Amino acid sequence: MDTHVIEARGLSKRYGATTAVDRLDFRVEPGRVTGFLGPNGAGKSTTMRMILGLDLPTSGSVLVNGRDYQGIVWPLHEIGALLDARAVHPGRTAYRHLHSLAAANGIPRPRVDAVLEQVGLTSVAHRRVGGFSLGMSQRLGIAGALLGDPGILLFDEPVNGLDPDGILWIRTLMRSLAAEGRTVLVSSHLMSEMALTADHLLVIGEGRLLADTSLDELIARGAGDRVEVRAVERARLAAELREVGAEVTLEPDGTLQVTGVGSAAIGELAAARGHVLHQLRDVTSSLEEAYFRLTEGSVVYRAPVPA
Amino acid sequence: MSAHVTEPPRRPEHPQVRTRLRPRAGATRLGATARSEWIKLWSVRSAPAALAAAVLVVVVGGFVLGAGYRSGWASLSPGDRRSFDPTFTSLRGVQLAQLFVGSLGVLALTGEYATGLIRTTLAATPQRAQVLAVKALVLGLVVWALCTAASFAAFAIGQSQFTGPVPHASPGGPGVLRAVLGGGIFLTLVVLFGMALGALTRSTPLGLASLFGVLLVLPVAVQLLPGSVGERVDPYLPGEAGSQLWRVVPPSPHSLAPWTGAGLFALYVAVAAGAALVLVRRRDV
Repeated sequence: MDTHVIEARGLSKRYGATTAVDRLDFRVEPGRVTGFLGPNGAGKSTTMRMILGLDLPTSGSVLVNGRDYQGIVWPLHEIGALLDARAVHPGRTAYRHLHSLAAANGIPRPRVDAVLEQVGLTSVAHRRVGGFSLGMSQRLGIAGALLGDPGILLFDEPVNGLDPDGILWIRTLMRSLAAEGRTVLVSSHLMSEMALTADHLLVIGEGRLLADTSLDELIARGAGDRVEVRAVERARLAAELREVGAEVTLEPDGTLQVTGVGSAAIGELAAARGHVLHQLRDVTSSLEEAYFRLTEGSVVYRAPVPA
Repeated sequence: MSAHVTEPPRRPEHPQVRTRLRPRAGATRLGATARSEWIKLWSVRSAPAALAAAVLVVVVGGFVLGAGYRSGWASLSPGDRRSFDPTFTSLRGVQLAQLFVGSLGVLALTGEYATGLIRTTLAATPQRAQVLAVKALVLGLVVWALCTAASFAAFAIGQSQFTGPVPHASPGGPGVLRAVLGGGIFLTLVVLFGMALGALTRSTPLGLASLFGVLLVLPVAVQLLPGSVGERVDPYLPGEAGSQLWRVVPPSPHSLAPWTGAGLFALYVAVAAGAALVLVRRRDV
């Protein structure tokens, strides 16, 4: 049975001439944290709004547990979402905010106290949320997402603007929700954050799906470990390395980036051919690099690199 | 770069969670939406404050205008005395109350759009037209009940001031009971009009400007039309048409009959509400 699953097929959203989301196909599975990763403006939030039936797709579809969101009668029991922590009426208390949401989905009132306790807001439950810090608002938003004990949870950039304690708390919460067998989809533009939280990644850029892969696989793929070499006669060394099957690029900073041949082999070759080396270094590309390589060319807002 | 799609690895060690929480037994979608909107209405200060202000100006208006006419009766011209409408006079606080009630209606919608709460609301209840309709039903009933009570109170207080030579109305008089009930009905239509315009504009300043532009500014603008055009158009304006319901003596020979006028106002409200219901289903939030 298709439970706790989000599935997009050819999901697209255009605003006039701009394509925000471009034919996305993916399936978010239970029991793991799926990171929804991409630069700002890549279409993550638009996709999340379409999952929740708030924005309507221009074409394609996205189904929650096999159904169109707008056809779900009691959605908070199936999917809980934190989109924007500040999207609350500032004059309402935390308790009343949650109570109104609970009432809308037939959720018994004691559950409101339970989720307030779970996110640590019991002591401020009867304060107006206008006076809440961003961290408290995030906790309230998460309480709202957990209210219906849903099998699927959606978090849009949940750690933005949080202090380290708050970040750790959310990270731990997401991991434990997934460990319980729930489906967790969390968006972020920070690879480093995803490296700590996600098991699986959906990488998007300019609205297109760039990768649907496990974290380990992405690192392995992006890695293609290479050797960085500085040599006095770099053109001659590059030619000689290519003869033995290496791929060599000459970087503007004067280094040779060599793949396909290990550092030991390069050292031996250099000694045999009488080269003077200034540097011979193994480089393991990081997750950040892997992500950057995937998304380069699909960054919507980028400042010119200073010369 | 082309998308590289791999089969996601299964994690058999993580069985699917069995969520235990279920909707309350006997909960209905409509009932749940109504409960939610009821809680929302009373859990912010602005709504009870606006409702209290509306009731207060209607009731206090009955007293102030009643006392004013009694003390100033001697100085009124014979013409003014002839056209004196004791029922309407005691209910004139309704004119001021429409500001509070109308703003409340606009803000009931635009407040949710301004904060982004509308997304949370519609994620919890994706049946958008139902949310809008139930919101209108809840707020409409509350306004109707409170403002009808306030109209009766204002009528009673106002008539108690009309003593001696000042004519007073009794509830059994022709059109009197209808006019008193009309105060509550008119204000209910105003709150619904405000909600519809709030849903259409999704912006507090635009919503308020369109509501009060139509109810208060348009009649003034129409007076500026050349010749008798203004006079003839005026009775068909929403506010003017609707206010016939709480008058006993028509203000002008062109005025519409009370229920005709109220029906026309209701029609304007229905058109705006219909447009809002269609658009709320189509638009992204």
